[in-house]
Amino acid sequence: MKSPQLLKQGAEARLYRTTFCGRPAIVKERFKKTYRHPELDDAITNDRIKAEARALVRCRKLGVRAPVVYQVDLPRRRIVMQDLPECSTVREAICRLSAAQGADCEPLLALAGRLGRLLATLHAAGLVHGDLTTSNLLVDDQLEHITVIDFGLSVADGGAEELAVDLYVLERAVLSTHPQSGPFTEHVYTAYEQQWSGARAVLDKLHQVRMRGRKRLMLG
Amino acid sequence: MVVTIGFEGSANKIGIGIIRDGEVLSNPRRTYITPPGEGFQPSATARHHQAHVLDVLQEALDIAKITPDQIDAVCYTKGPGMGAPLVSVAVVARTVAQLWQKPIIGVNHCIGHIEMARLITGADDPTVLYVSGGNTQVIAYSERRYQIFGETIDMAIGNCFDRLARLLKLSNDPSPGYNIEQMAKRGQRLVRLPYVVKGMDVSFSGMLSFIEERLDKWLAGEYTPQDICFSLQETAFAMLVETTERAMALTGSQEVLISDR
Ligand SMILES: Nc1ncnc2c1ncn2[C@@H]1O[C@H](COP(=O)(O)OP(=O)(O)OP(=O)(O)O)[C@@H](O)[C@H]1O
Ligand SMILES: [Mg+2]
Repeated sequence: MKSPQLLKQGAEARLYRTTFCGRPAIVKERFKKTYRHPELDDAITNDRIKAEARALVRCRKLGVRAPVVYQVDLPRRRIVMQDLPECSTVREAICRLSAAQGADCEPLLALAGRLGRLLATLHAAGLVHGDLTTSNLLVDDQLEHITVIDFGLSVADGGAEELAVDLYVLERAVLSTHPQSGPFTEHVYTAYEQQWSGARAVLDKLHQVRMRGRKRLMLG
Repeated sequence: MVVTIGFEGSANKIGIGIIRDGEVLSNPRRTYITPPGEGFQPSATARHHQAHVLDVLQEALDIAKITPDQIDAVCYTKGPGMGAPLVSVAVVARTVAQLWQKPIIGVNHCIGHIEMARLITGADDPTVLYVSGGNTQVIAYSERRYQIFGETIDMAIGNCFDRLARLLKLSNDPSPGYNIEQMAKRGQRLVRLPYVVKGMDVSFSGMLSFIEERLDKWLAGEYTPQDICFSLQETAFAMLVETTERAMALTGSQEVLISDR
């Protein structure tokens, strides 16, 4: 491996750009969180690396774009994976396009449709992403190909509830990126429902998940 | 100069504060303490507040050295909270507002907590970890409003602690959480408990039922009550810090404000 260059510092990992067997690669190294008990920290980190590597592989098998896993190194808390150059996050894309053309412009709604179909594929297989924010979805400049990353919190065989929470996390991430993004999420759900017969049950659950935060009795 | 008086009684505390231009002149309180092993019930809590509210009001005015004619507005907690205690205190706020002929302002409980903490700490644009008996939320100000970035999907952290205290039959005096903390200081071994973070949300109910199911077995030898308190704190707090960190990464906010009651 070439000497790695720091690419990004995320909330729980540092990402380095490097090469692996001559191919451009990304090292995702989950750093120690010293505020956590060391045993707890090791256990959580191990679980997440394994969950991430398994989900990345599974995702590709389902025909959804995700980085190829080159190597998993638990003692060094690392995954080495394919580098996806020239991608921006969906978050950046929403910001950029809604500023230039409005939050309900055609290219964004088309992207939403693609995203809905992609999620239907993952969810039909029971694969819950677990942290489906707009920063964990990458897209090329033409907004044609969406790549999913950051599967550390994924669950392999989620029920309707967990799938609904996935959509809820996405919805909140989209709205916090841009408050006028209602049409974007609507388009995601329409495409999601057209693609998969199990979608209705998840969308019904989503409704309950949304209500949950508002109706709960709050004390103290 | 603006002088406001605020009435709060949404849970087991009744408190009345008087503030002049951001300076807290007085803030007397009474807490309804229940016997060990019991949580506070709405109607008994309401009776407690009714019994004390007038004394607390007199105290607030006396300590602040303020007379009703110097007050510009009356504020009260509108909710969310427990119905009966809220109403008991709101009635008094409405009555004095009419008596003194002052405008009345209903305040959202959560926003009250956040703004109070901003006032005290001087934080400008914090990410707020709002944790209390009934609340567990990660909140940040974005697009001109407070938005919930993450929250518990089942029980609140305080409720979870209260229930562990009840399982271990700890005292409610001064509070279950305080007693858990004292126990945790003497914990030695970490029990592996379910650590449930889903995106920016957390869940505590799985952890509690996990403990509930195994408690007798653990206490028969493997772990002490101190270990269990320690492990609950380590696990639950780590979950909260992690989700707060995630929200900060998303908003770019550099300050954290931890707000409870
Ligand atoms: N395979 C990859 N190719 C190119 N860029 C990548 C790749 N994986 C991640 N990135 C970039 O690094 C960023 C962080 O990656 P990732 O989400 O996996 O880490 P993280 O620490 O979990 O981040 P966060 O906690 O902020 O979500 C991504 O938003 C993306 O910009
Ligand atoms: Mg990420």
